[in-house]
Amino acid sequence: MLNYLRNLDRRIVFLLMGLAVALPILFKLSFPEPVPEGSQPYHVFDQIDNLPDGSRVLISFDFDPGSQGELLPMAMGFTRHCAQKHHKMYFMCLWPLGEPFVEDAMNIVIGQEYPDLIYGEDFMSFGYKPGAEAVIKNCIVDMKTLFITDSRKTDLNKIPMTANIKSAKAMDLIINISAGDPGTKQWVQYAATPAGIPLVAGCTGVQAPLLYPYIPNPLKGLLPAIKGAAGYEQVLIAAYPEMGAADIVDSKYSSKAALQRMGPQFVAHLLMVSFILLGNFIYFYDKKGGA
Amino acid sequence: MSDAPMTTNAKTGWMIMIAVVVLGMILAWFTLDAGKVWVTSETVTFSQVGVDDQATWSEGAIAGAPQVSWVVATEVKPDTVGATLSTNRTIGVWLAAILTLFIMSFLAGDNPFYKTAESIVIGVSAAYWMVLSFWTGIVDKLLVNIIPDTTRAWAVPGLPESAQFNWIYLIPLVLSCMLIWRLSPKGGWIARWPLAFVIGTTAGFRLLSHLESDFLLQIKSTITSLYVVGADGFQFWPSVSAVVILLSVLCCLVYFFFSMEHKGVVGKTARVGIYVLMVTFGAAFGLTVMGRITLLTERFDFLFDDWLHLL
Repeated sequence: MLNYLRNLDRRIVFLLMGLAVALPILFKLSFPEPVPEGSQPYHVFDQIDNLPDGSRVLISFDFDPGSQGELLPMAMGFTRHCAQKHHKMYFMCLWPLGEPFVEDAMNIVIGQEYPDLIYGEDFMSFGYKPGAEAVIKNCIVDMKTLFITDSRKTDLNKIPMTANIKSAKAMDLIINISAGDPGTKQWVQYAATPAGIPLVAGCTGVQAPLLYPYIPNPLKGLLPAIKGAAGYEQVLIAAYPEMGAADIVDSKYSSKAALQRMGPQFVAHLLMVSFILLGNFIYFYDKKGGA
Repeated sequence: MSDAPMTTNAKTGWMIMIAVVVLGMILAWFTLDAGKVWVTSETVTFSQVGVDDQATWSEGAIAGAPQVSWVVATEVKPDTVGATLSTNRTIGVWLAAILTLFIMSFLAGDNPFYKTAESIVIGVSAAYWMVLSFWTGIVDKLLVNIIPDTTRAWAVPGLPESAQFNWIYLIPLVLSCMLIWRLSPKGGWIARWPLAFVIGTTAGFRLLSHLESDFLLQIKSTITSLYVVGADGFQFWPSVSAVVILLSVLCCLVYFFFSMEHKGVVGKTARVGIYVLMVTFGAAFGLTVMGRITLLTERFDFLFDDWLHLL
């Protein structure tokens, strides 16, 4: 038996990991996700929630389908929260493939759950602009030299929300959902620090350790990976129980998407810990001459 | 793919796996309606109101006014009234599912299916970036400033009438042409000038922001009170946190201090610095693993829900 484990085919490990993730999805397993008071999801929630209704919020979707598993739930959560508070939402993206997600946030989440909100008056999209940090810098100085039209090619001066906006300094909050560069780091360096605009962000697990040093100044809150997104969803539903309604939970962009993904996460982590313990047991057993 | 020929056993294994997957797909199509997407369609019409600079578009058909119409398709459940099967979207879901399986097949070993999917990703990405760069770089940034009237008529109808020729954009145009000179067999040195410009401006552009947010602000965040007092008086855990942060920073700095031999107190402090770094790397690795599991979860979600309709 030990010999078999010593030479375990890596494909068996892959298969077990696949089952550890697939079975909780198929059986819709979920586990309690406690969110401690004062943790990051609360900081992020408070930053958005404490703004007066109708505040201006710039939301940048800086990710692509490669990281949608981690970031899309929190992106849609931010959109719901801002829509709930009737904040004016200015969408944009520094990643070209972020634009379809912006369209989904506007057409599916806002369009279906908040049909009273009107494009151009309550929300709009600048679309994608290449240039990474140069775009952020321009946004802070003079938005209209960079964005002549919105993503639908309408003159910004003809859109009520943007007609009187000169730069991103007019925003009350910036929300960034980031999968890498350009992303939260650039928003910290070129917007939050020099212009003093409050910034909250959601990021992938890979990025999180690099962004923690920016908390709490200038980064007011951070949702690290799917765990952060699940915590935020939990806080959001506790504050606005209507977001936990069956039709919203079952919609294409469920208000519990991140919470549902924590079930497979839990089982996969258990499996990994078991493998680590087993590997160490065999190592020390062999070292003691038990082989 | 490995150049070594496949053994007979491996070939048989692959053939059985392919047969099982294809049979499974056929079965799923007939029993689970796998990958089928239903939509309802609605025609949207907008009419022009006003002329020239005052022209706006209003939803609805106005007799005699210029109009534009398009069809909006919304994904719905199959039992919805008026739902029709969308062939395009169904093909899309099937392609995505098959390509996902092709990529996942790499776990069983390198194979032609994986190679096919990999080549498709590379080809599509290259083409996508070319088209995107043309529209967002050349059209949206350069042409709207050099030939605004032509660009408005051809590609950007929302470009304001006030947009005029801006001579300053001739500079990036010239620099771009100089950059492309690198492809020429002679005069490659011409490309060095715009390259030097790009490097110089980028360095200058980034220097200040890095100094501000990654250096000065980090020092400021580290120099905080170790005795934290809140509205309710002394706060124990925030104080512990402040002490741990300060000690960790100092120990890590000592570890990277190579002008002194790491012996005695310095050596011990540096050792603690290594432990702090290890904890940081462990946390980073743990978060990375969590991210990777989420990617797998998202793909399984797609396969089980959007493709096989099992959820």
